[in-house]
Amino acid sequence: MHYSALSLLKNGLTGNRGWTQAWHKAEPKPSYDVILIGGGHGLATAYYLAQQHGITNVAVLEKSYLGSGNIGRNTTIIRSNYLLPGNTAFYERAMKLWEGLAQELNFNTMVSQRGILNVFHSDPQRNAYVRRGNAMRLAGVDAELLTRDQVREHLPFADFDNARFPIRGALMQPRGGTVRHDAVAWGYARAADDRGVDIVENCEVTGFRIEGGRVKGVETNRGFIGAPKVGLAVAGSTSRVAALAGLRLPLETHVLQAFVTEGIKPLVDHVVTFGAGHFYVSQSDKGGLVFGGDPDGYNSYAQRGNLPVVEDVAEGGLALFPSLSRLRVLRSWGGLLDMSMDGSPILDKTDIAGLYLNCGWCYGGFKATPASGESFAHLIAKDEPSDLIRPFRLDRYRRGAMLDEKGMGAQANLH
Amino acid sequence: MRIKCPYCGERDLGEFTYLGAANLKRPDPAAAGAEDAFFDYVYIRDNPAGPLAELWYHGGGCRSWLRVLRDTRNHEIESVELAKPEAGKP
Repeated sequence: MHYSALSLLKNGLTGNRGWTQAWHKAEPKPSYDVILIGGGHGLATAYYLAQQHGITNVAVLEKSYLGSGNIGRNTTIIRSNYLLPGNTAFYERAMKLWEGLAQELNFNTMVSQRGILNVFHSDPQRNAYVRRGNAMRLAGVDAELLTRDQVREHLPFADFDNARFPIRGALMQPRGGTVRHDAVAWGYARAADDRGVDIVENCEVTGFRIEGGRVKGVETNRGFIGAPKVGLAVAGSTSRVAALAGLRLPLETHVLQAFVTEGIKPLVDHVVTFGAGHFYVSQSDKGGLVFGGDPDGYNSYAQRGNLPVVEDVAEGGLALFPSLSRLRVLRSWGGLLDMSMDGSPILDKTDIAGLYLNCGWCYGGFKATPASGESFAHLIAKDEPSDLIRPFRLDRYRRGAMLDEKGMGAQANLH
Repeated sequence: MRIKCPYCGERDLGEFTYLGAANLKRPDPAAAGAEDAFFDYVYIRDNPAGPLAELWYHGGGCRSWLRVLRDTRNHEIESVELAKPEAGKP
């Protein structure tokens, strides 16, 4: 059913009894044209396959319930403040899609372009941020350099005269912000389901059927499902699932923690990052501060982290906003990351015909969701990458054409 | 997660720095097929969900490199030993 102000009014007046299920619980059919593994980027891919390429005989397989994986574990930030060509264009495409997403999906995804401020604390850091801002503006992305006094207008409660890390200014992307992540999963699921896509929950892939170098389908805990094309979008578990098809990839799985405090009145109006450590924060509409920092730094599939990083994140937060010290943390959790060897994603075909890879998002997969889905749908439908994702090909490591935004080299836990 | 260093005893994780999988061996650049071997060595990882032998550096203590066998599914540590055997011992 179509959501509108009128339907809201009508159902409000009739006891909200008229709402129908947003998507149906599909049983897997024996075969499909395309199978997508993973109910995150896979949902977006399914939507764009149906919407832009007319391919609707599609199943999305999610091993648990919808929204249980990384699409519901991130800190909901969207931005396109990248430095390197390749990254800038791709994430800006995602930003453009975010801007129209609620209308396109007819679902309130709560896209809030509240602006992101990257605070800097020294002259060299200012130079680096000026360079980044200029690169963004050259690529048609919005960027503004804020002076110390301008930052003070936005963040009057920040510690400007911190002895070690005084705030000297900030790079701001006004169009950056946050999106409600559950609504993204639900909105894409509903829109894809509307167009005939089957969303199969609690369906875990346990193997691939590959004959003559060509994929024939997947084995799951709910039986074999056939398909000539299979897209793998299971960031965090990619190595494990790809190994079922015999692939070895330039990935390590790491854990990243996130935190939410008790709800308070509006305090942080933007997304803010601390420049002298790693701490970032935004405030949810419910009032809780949502924040995080660096990944834990060791290989992990545990979906939970350890205390040294909690301490580090808290220290960064207090150096920026001392007033946070009395807030109580309500929840913390961990999500799994595909850390690629250059810190950038991989979107490509594989050596197995009909098997496509969407992985390596590191800690930045959520903001990419719409562009990732759109590009992955194009890759699967046309069997060749669009220009937007040519920099993300799998063979770039062998070719030496790394996309190393942080300049850290092939050490996964440093990206 | 705490690591039991052979010299220092059980210590907080914050004293240690992570390098990664311990099974990576720098290939011989003069050997045939060195290019492929280096590609594997630099980029490709087994990344298992389960026991993983890995290298940690005890920078906040004895500054030894340790070889730790740890389960990546639950962070349980099975064994810790010095990465390089001590001089004079087998």
